[in-house]
Amino acid sequence: MSDMILEAPHAGAMPDSAEDPIAAATAVLKQRFPDHIQDETRDGYEGIVVHPDKVVQVSQALRDELGFNYLSSITGVDLIEENKLELVYHTYSINQGGPALVMKVQVDRDNPVLPSLVPVWPGAEYQEREAYDLFGFQFEGHPDLRRILTWDGFHGHPMRKDWKEPFFEEDNKPFGSRWPGGEVSRAEEKNPFGKNVQYPAGWVPTLEEPEAETDSYAGITYTREQSTGLKTDKVTINMGPQHPSTHGVFRMALTLDGETIVGLKPVMGYLHRNHEKIGERNTFIQNIPYTDRLDYISSMSNNHGYVLAVEKLMGVDVPERAEWIRILMVELTRIVNHLWAVGFLLNDLGALQTPMLYFYIERELILDLFESTSGSRMMCNYMRFGGLAYDLPEDVRGTPIMKFLHDLIYDRLPRALEQGDVLMTGNEIVRARGIGVGYLSAEDAIAYSTAGPVLRASGVQYDVRRAQPYSYYEHLDFDVAVRYNGDIYDRYLIRLDEMQQSLRILQQVLPHLQETEGSSIISGKPQYAIRMPRAGESYGRVENPKGELGYYVTAKRRDANPARYHVRSPSFINLTALEKMSLGHKVADVVAILGSIDIVLGEVDR
Amino acid sequence: MYGLGILKGMAVTFKHFVATYMDDIFWASRGGRYYNDEALAVRQSLEGRGVITVFYPEEKLPVPERFRFVPFLVTDEPAPGQKWGHEWCTSCGICAKACPPQCIWIKRGTQPNGRPKPEPEEFYIDIDICMNCGLCAEFCPFDAIKMDHDYELASYDRTTAHIHDKERLSKPISYWREIAPRKAEAEAAARDFAQESKQKKKGKRGEGSDEPEARLEEMKARQLIYKGELY
Ligand code: SF4
Ligand code: SF4
Repeated sequence: MSDMILEAPHAGAMPDSAEDPIAAATAVLKQRFPDHIQDETRDGYEGIVVHPDKVVQVSQALRDELGFNYLSSITGVDLIEENKLELVYHTYSINQGGPALVMKVQVDRDNPVLPSLVPVWPGAEYQEREAYDLFGFQFEGHPDLRRILTWDGFHGHPMRKDWKEPFFEEDNKPFGSRWPGGEVSRAEEKNPFGKNVQYPAGWVPTLEEPEAETDSYAGITYTREQSTGLKTDKVTINMGPQHPSTHGVFRMALTLDGETIVGLKPVMGYLHRNHEKIGERNTFIQNIPYTDRLDYISSMSNNHGYVLAVEKLMGVDVPERAEWIRILMVELTRIVNHLWAVGFLLNDLGALQTPMLYFYIERELILDLFESTSGSRMMCNYMRFGGLAYDLPEDVRGTPIMKFLHDLIYDRLPRALEQGDVLMTGNEIVRARGIGVGYLSAEDAIAYSTAGPVLRASGVQYDVRRAQPYSYYEHLDFDVAVRYNGDIYDRYLIRLDEMQQSLRILQQVLPHLQETEGSSIISGKPQYAIRMPRAGESYGRVENPKGELGYYVTAKRRDANPARYHVRSPSFINLTALEKMSLGHKVADVVAILGSIDIVLGEVDR
Repeated sequence: MYGLGILKGMAVTFKHFVATYMDDIFWASRGGRYYNDEALAVRQSLEGRGVITVFYPEEKLPVPERFRFVPFLVTDEPAPGQKWGHEWCTSCGICAKACPPQCIWIKRGTQPNGRPKPEPEEFYIDIDICMNCGLCAEFCPFDAIKMDHDYELASYDRTTAHIHDKERLSKPISYWREIAPRKAEAEAAARDFAQESKQKKKGKRGEGSDEPEARLEEMKARQLIYKGELY
């Protein structure tokens, strides 16, 4: 297995010639489009501001000539004081690694029209739909500009600062009082339909079916044209939202020709709670437990991304022991997540429950550790700005902590991985169902902004831990796993590889835990009310088990709440490539393809 | 050979199958494999082999000290015949401010002369909203609110049972010592320590002390990353 893992390109240690690739690329762009590119002038902000007319050209130049070929994240920002809406693009160079080239476009708040980037980066499709849904950006040339997270009849664009949610109490937490009238009441009692809920004037909730609902089937109704061979009707069917294969409440509108898929539109948002709006009203620290609930299988690493972003903004350091414990927790989370992902993928392939339950035995041990350390198995809420909430416990279920970790990392986990490998990797059915199915080429994987195991299984050796190292990853010896066939089987194998690499990392972390025993795990005085010392923006990204998880946080000086809080969720963006992978396959394959992407709806719908 | 992969996989399954029965045999003379606390502890530890299932609710896993569920309020030891004693809470409101979903509601007590009394008159937690994050307990400067271990809160009527009032929330300190002995001990040590250094400071006022500042015992301080600093 290991022969397929290449040496990591050490992208972090880029050519340290005098030239900073970002500055160089910016200079080229400015020379090319002198009238349409400006420097970002706000204090604490970075990047370039591009005129809306030239976004497409600038993007093409970035992608084709300057090497910034990976559009990672698109974020809307409401600049209500200036009556503008801003769109922030983070682009990366896959080959070189390194930080992002940030591109910003500002448009009039009342008429937010700008060209779509889908022709340049197809991976922009859902992110632009999200920006339209939540902010009201109008993307010209977008193939399918509909709401994506909120329901089709939704009124208004909720991430705009002047949009107030139902049961709106105050702009920011902490509220003066949770129960403004002074009387305790249950939130539910204030919920009669029609009170405190916004919808268009004259709209009656019970009467109307929003047109968009039928729109999602447009072009995928019964037709006979264009089929070769036997003339069959094309049929549209719904898989989900209540379907065991979708790993949650997720719906796919499939168009079938016979049993072959000729169209697929995901419908999501059933679990949408506007995490970002909640996040902007929360204080900084209150967001930490909320991030647990994004990808609820990997709460530790969700915490990590968020605290990194805020720490950057606050300018605090993290003590050594805290960093090592963070890596310990995050890598164990990766194993938990991959055990789960592989188990469910095999479930989808028909290996019902057995492999999954075997994997759960070890997962359970890791969750025991999480519970003993942080107090909760899944909603860990463990990291704090500048460190951690608690040190490691003295014991886990009666076993002293270092012995527990040692046995787990040197004995139980390697054996479990070995056993899983024997159990399933050679299985002829898995191979028959997996090899060559759900193919995604390396070019497409990059163009569709996929991340994590999906990207790496397509032969793109890109891992944030190497490309832009954070925490202590640059001091750790591990390889970035990569597989080249881009099919379901490789996406299965890559997760096994990554678990092996995580074990390698964990083995290196253990001695450091021993060494730093007893030293501090948080810098400075823990505070519940943080005031941001400076204004600015910050983008913290980590290699989550499911892919690149990014947090875009901006704040004003002395503010207790983030001005903008955005989550670049890998599950959501990886889904952009689902249709591409599924076309031409059978219904049963879609189930497995979706399983091989490994989504968690808590993160997709946010 | 085609089918070899499947056979290898079957061998793994078979091993698990056998291990299950070996375990049964091993525990047969030791009080049985199930409904046996000793066997349960092994089943859930690193030594566990074969079946690892817990037969809830007949069997319950012990929860670790740091386990957190809906908070409760700490009171003094109750006087005989009473359910709880004096509330430790001073209704300072920090927990209500720190609480992410803002589910704590406190009404501050008043003294007869109209001045605020450092004691809550009413204290409510809406447990439908509480996300068990533990931030309230983490930041309470008086050790007055703690995370409970009692996770069996299901009720038939959510409309009346899910807003916990002061009566429902209050539990004596002995309860906390019982469920989290090490934490409780460390916290008590930190409180004593704070008390002591306060008195020392008072005694030395004006003299300018050159004694090195006393430090909490290492192990205790480690458990009190948050607390130690606040004192
Ligand atoms: S923080 Fe502690 S003392 Fe202050 S109101 Fe809350 S429970 Fe009472
Ligand atoms: S545990 Fe968290 S959500 Fe629950 S009352 Fe305490 S601070 Fe609030």
